[in-house]
Amino acid sequence: MVTRTRSRAWTVAAAVPDPEIPVVTIEDLGILRDVTEDDVGRVHVQITPTYSGCPAMEAIRNDLVEQLSDEGYRQVEVEFVLAPAWTTDWMTDEGRAKLEEYGVAPPAARAAGVTPLTLSVRCPQCGSPDTRESSRFGSTACKSLWICNACREPFDHFKAI
Amino acid sequence: MSSPHPTAHVDYLLAVADDALVNAQRLGWWISRAPQLEEDVALANIGLDQLGQARALLAHAGQVEGAGRSEDDLAYLRDERDFRNVHLVEREQTDFGVAMARLLMVAAWQSHLYAALRGSTDATLAAVAAKAVKEVAYHLDHAGRWVVRLGDGTEESHLRMQAALDAEWPHLEELFDGSFLDPALVADGVAVDPATLREPVLSTILAVVEEATLAAPRVRPAVGGGRTGRHTEQMGYLLAEMQHLTRSHPGATW
Repeated sequence: MVTRTRSRAWTVAAAVPDPEIPVVTIEDLGILRDVTEDDVGRVHVQITPTYSGCPAMEAIRNDLVEQLSDEGYRQVEVEFVLAPAWTTDWMTDEGRAKLEEYGVAPPAARAAGVTPLTLSVRCPQCGSPDTRESSRFGSTACKSLWICNACREPFDHFKAI
Repeated sequence: MSSPHPTAHVDYLLAVADDALVNAQRLGWWISRAPQLEEDVALANIGLDQLGQARALLAHAGQVEGAGRSEDDLAYLRDERDFRNVHLVEREQTDFGVAMARLLMVAAWQSHLYAALRGSTDATLAAVAAKAVKEVAYHLDHAGRWVVRLGDGTEESHLRMQAALDAEWPHLEELFDGSFLDPALVADGVAVDPATLREPVLSTILAVVEEATLAAPRVRPAVGGGRTGRHTEQMGYLLAEMQHLTRSHPGATW
């Protein structure tokens, strides 16, 4: 029998943190797409990259294999799927809240088909909307660099895509 | 997957993949050399996106080919004549204006190409394109901002941005030349006829050129040939650097 609902394997996989932003899990980010397990301890996990060149994917694969193996699963397969393409809309509300608390401004909800390149971003430190972008590209593929005009602190913003 | 036209199909995938791969390699040169730290980071990220797209496409090309070649085999163990990228992406770009003019052209091309390929009957190609189109929107925006900033900047920056545009423009037409492409692939809905993208791509580029107070160069197209493996002299040096480690230490891992 194959279980597709929130199985024990899903719970284990869902707890794996993102290697580059460890306050959020791969479930929070919407990277975890599917987990199936069968009666004899075999697990198949599907994950999708945030960006085509995301270097964290290999680390996530290794973490999944390690965590699931530690939980007694005998055979763990991790598959990378590209379609449908990941979008920041798949990030959970909990994930957004964790990002903001960590100091990363979460992505704005995305209007259908439009990439909002010019929306204002609220400072995760002081909450001011008076911020400016200092670089469209940041420390990882998924983030841009911003500066708060109110508290003068720089911060990362998770780009809407 | 099996394809009714495997050789032509692989050649097409390699054309799209190699443009991204070679562009990534040239962008990587800028790391530590860009005019500001943020730009080092930006060009590294853009290169990483391009590399990611290339990897997915090369892996897929290897599967369609069915000869057991991996993405690494295709990237590191092919010789110059087997690469299918256009000349636009392979030439040196040690002038920042040239890098931005080129990125504008490549990103405009890829934006329209990937948008069209989302409807490819090759499901893997369509999936890669659907992901990539969102990434190159940022590349296009980034390059466009720099071209406008430099073109509509000081007298000196205007002159240099115009010179950069003049230098890259002759290589634009090669992108729209579909003579390498098996018409059956277009008929089957796998590939997009590059000629059909000419007007929209030019329109995207010219809108930026105009905003930047620059002039569209009136130059004759350069001789191409990259899609059939005929490259410029600089391609050999690029491959020597890109492939050196793998070829000198076969099978090395870390």
